[in-house]
Amino acid sequence: MTTYYSEEHEWLTVEGETATVGITQHAADQLGEIVFVEQKEVGDDFEKGDDIGVIESVKAASEIYAAVDGEVIEANGALEDNPGSLNESPEGDAWIYKIKLTNADQLEDLMDLDGYKAFIG
Amino acid sequence: MTDAPKRTPLYDLHVELGGKMVDFAGWEMPVQYPMGIMGEHNHTRTKAGLFDVSHMGQVILRGEGAAEKLETLVPSAMTTLKEGKARYTFFTNPDGGIMDDLIVANAGDHLFLVVNASMRHQDIPHMAKNLDGVEVTEIFDRALVAVQGPAAENVVGDICPAAREMTFMQTMVADINGVECRISRLGYTGEDGFEISIPEDKAVEVCRAFLAHDDCEPVGLGARDSLRLESGLCLYGNDINNSTSPVEASLTWAMQKRRREEGGFPGAERIQRDLAEGVSKKLVGIKPTGRAPARAGVEVQDADGNTIGSITSGGFGPTVGAPVAMGYVATEHSEPGTQVNLLIRGKTQPAEIAAMPFVTQNYKR
Repeated sequence: MTTYYSEEHEWLTVEGETATVGITQHAADQLGEIVFVEQKEVGDDFEKGDDIGVIESVKAASEIYAAVDGEVIEANGALEDNPGSLNESPEGDAWIYKIKLTNADQLEDLMDLDGYKAFIG
Repeated sequence: MTDAPKRTPLYDLHVELGGKMVDFAGWEMPVQYPMGIMGEHNHTRTKAGLFDVSHMGQVILRGEGAAEKLETLVPSAMTTLKEGKARYTFFTNPDGGIMDDLIVANAGDHLFLVVNASMRHQDIPHMAKNLDGVEVTEIFDRALVAVQGPAAENVVGDICPAAREMTFMQTMVADINGVECRISRLGYTGEDGFEISIPEDKAVEVCRAFLAHDDCEPVGLGARDSLRLESGLCLYGNDINNSTSPVEASLTWAMQKRRREEGGFPGAERIQRDLAEGVSKKLVGIKPTGRAPARAGVEVQDADGNTIGSITSGGFGPTVGAPVAMGYVATEHSEPGTQVNLLIRGKTQPAEIAAMPFVTQNYKR
């Protein structure tokens, strides 16, 4: 299990051909109190850079951008009733998707934890 | 705007309190403090919030017949505004649109006005040019703060006992900790509260005295917006602008009978026609049925998918616990309870036309 981070403040924990995807605590803190999450549906496929959901905070709406190509195999339904959990544990229970990786080579473009920490300074 | 954003006399205090500073209308203002927008909003509804509104323009009008002359620029009654009372009004343009909204207080030997930060540059010359024989003085050496919420009377009253006796829309000069302040019982949150104009060199000291009260916390622009939206109060530039008439904006209440009948203000012809014949669109409350907030620019459709209007302000209402919005819809769809659809990111989401305010206003009458 390896966790990767993107410059769009997402994390991906990869296990074989699948990954769990979410936003970082840093991103959640920047967004402020989250009140709504719009997710794609199971079976939807996407390419790196695609808009794969929206997070609405009390401040504004922010897109979630795909860090890699993939397909949604599960969307975290708990976020619908409790979007605020994204502020509490964005790197834990409040993951957003489980995805199937369709171009695992793209993981090389992402950062590891130390790299991400340096990135957010 | 290429100029560096300006700072209010409270800038250092905001930074000290952990305020997240943003550029707003050319001013470096706190959008929130560590408590967060939701917490600050709820604190204001249940206790009291301290807001820096020093970016707004404070103006003094002095001269014979100033109130009468001001009536040539606004459609509200100014000559009947009693000393010690304030009133909400707006400048209209020759087409009957709204140039800015403002508060006018009768301070006895002068009128004291508060105009929007983003419109100061327009309003001051507008008055200077059109109010013949009236001295128009913009005040640059005073801060303006608001203390809002059910505990505001205690927060302010503890150090300024006379404030307790004031009622909604009253204004007076009072001594706060040895500082001469203008205090008015009003605000823009839907809660009871005060706006206080303080000499700039004493502003931090007075604010610290308010913040020393257990019930008072600093509140930023983020919560100021959600508070005013829930309370059904218009934001100039979003909900009202140069093309919307006060009748369309459901602000007829602010135009007293004599003024509506006699006219004598810019755009009177259109506004009187709107009053007599009705308007084709109206500003209404809109309550999304689901959880997705509908923000400014979202299209409003009828059940058949026809465009009937658009959202002008919207977001999550912490007190309501759900999204709230306001916007213009065709008059035939403006009755509260009417089912509409909102086009949010390409998908239609159900919503209902709702009476405003979304929360009960708690003014001290």
